[in-house]
Amino acid sequence: MNLSVQIGRLTLQNPVTVASGTFGYGVEYAQLLDLNQLGAVTVKGIRLNPVRGNPTPRTVEVTSGLLNAIGLQGPGVDGFIKKYWPFLKTLKVPTIINIWGTTVEEYAEVARRFDALGGVGALELNVSCPNIKEGGAQFGTDCQLLSQVVAACRRATTLPLITKLSPNVVSIAPYAQAAEDAGSDALSITNSVPAMAIDIETRLPRLANVTGGLTGPCLKPIAIKLVWEAAKAVKIPILGMGGIQSGADAIEFLMAGSTAVAVGTANFYEPQTALQVVAGIREFMRRKGIQDVREITGSLQAGK
Amino acid sequence: MLEQTVPILSNEHDTDLYSRLVLHAPQIAPLVQPGQFAHVRILPLKEALLRRPFSIFQVAGDAFSILYKTVGQGTGRLARMRSGEELSVIAPLGHGFTVPKPGGEIPLLVAGGYGMAAMYLLAQRSPQKGIVFAGGRRRVDILCEDEFRALGWEVRVTTEDGSHGEQGLVTQPLLAELRRTTAGRKLFACGPTPMLKAVGKIAEELHVPAELSMDEHMCCGVGVCLTCVIPVKARDGWEYERTCTEGPVFDARQIVWEVAE
Repeated sequence: MNLSVQIGRLTLQNPVTVASGTFGYGVEYAQLLDLNQLGAVTVKGIRLNPVRGNPTPRTVEVTSGLLNAIGLQGPGVDGFIKKYWPFLKTLKVPTIINIWGTTVEEYAEVARRFDALGGVGALELNVSCPNIKEGGAQFGTDCQLLSQVVAACRRATTLPLITKLSPNVVSIAPYAQAAEDAGSDALSITNSVPAMAIDIETRLPRLANVTGGLTGPCLKPIAIKLVWEAAKAVKIPILGMGGIQSGADAIEFLMAGSTAVAVGTANFYEPQTALQVVAGIREFMRRKGIQDVREITGSLQAGK
Repeated sequence: MLEQTVPILSNEHDTDLYSRLVLHAPQIAPLVQPGQFAHVRILPLKEALLRRPFSIFQVAGDAFSILYKTVGQGTGRLARMRSGEELSVIAPLGHGFTVPKPGGEIPLLVAGGYGMAAMYLLAQRSPQKGIVFAGGRRRVDILCEDEFRALGWEVRVTTEDGSHGEQGLVTQPLLAELRRTTAGRKLFACGPTPMLKAVGKIAEELHVPAELSMDEHMCCGVGVCLTCVIPVKARDGWEYERTCTEGPVFDARQIVWEVAE
């Protein structure tokens, strides 16, 4: 039975990674699960300099979901390399580094730094974080800016590039095509959906940032549709994510057109989820007599 | 830190509000340090996604216990669970209290409500006995007083309504004690944030060392989600640190209260 898949020239031993921002830098979960059983470890978004992040409260649980506005708190490139890279580079599975910036030049500079580091599996371009004032989603909701960011990173590195697209667009197809045309090797679909919750007793927003990004199981049907639409528009592989909790959820994403998937918010409440998803995919393949996981990708029967 | 599904040994209700849950966890129990917590899945995923953090109260042999207040859906469900039922826990988590060294500081513990629970192991493992200042709104909020006395500790109770012990805030008898002497004393506190802030200010003004166990909203409990951060002093001003990982116990001098509010 083959579970391995290709994301550009990056080979994953199985099609399951974790979503950026839900798995820290890997080391935090090393005591709870064998990271080497994952397809890849994807780390929290990193920009050039350290980021303090948003004020608290930063998250609130909502029905079947989690609303967050963390604000991409992080150690910056140097802090990451010093504090987390020594551990990550000992793993047998690749590390996907999620990067962001407030300018096109910053994205490219961060890409250059990680290209020079050596040993990185791939870069995931975060052009879709809804919780920061500058950078993030502004690059993911303007096709021209998106092209510029991807093209600049493409010139800066030979590492596989995965562009993480925003769900907050009228149609995802042109964004998917823009990223592909600018040299992206793959797409991550999707990021959190802009959302809000109110405490009716105090009449205050539940998040200090007022609005945040919605993730968790409630996001899955939205993400499935976006993957399905994007898959019809591009030839490059798609990493599907949004509310995955089980092998069955992952299979849905694969059928919609994903080559691989990422487990996100579920890591917060059930750290074993990603490994359970791998086991669930394997079990489904056994039950259906499928020899190669790649046969499932895009195997949706109906639809235009 | 381990993730395990463990059976409930007992779940006894002290009062309508407070209960004690004992879990059989032979691999977790020996690892527990004073001030650490357990992250517990109570409700099925269809009802709630997140685990709930609880301070670890007592450790005995193969078991550890938590003392909880029934406040919402999760703790309401927990209160209805029986021995033999199982819970998924991730524990022990967090950076706890510094247990005084033999001949070291005399510990003065300041507890608000079920904050008492987080301090029991510290009292039990401290080579020097000290004083526990236990505060609450009403008599029912003063917990496990007898357990601390059984360890040979003095317990001074205050309630806001005067229904038990002295009437007033827990910081009043604490201040009175510190005005008598601060030499060789160290404060340890767990309770509501306004109480912790008051204790922090007293520690600062009287130059007494203090460790505060911060109670923040949490998602993952293991340091990845960055929900539970509080502002702490850093080289260039301040930065957010995680209550679940760098805390829940912080040196009072590190906390930047002006930003926290």
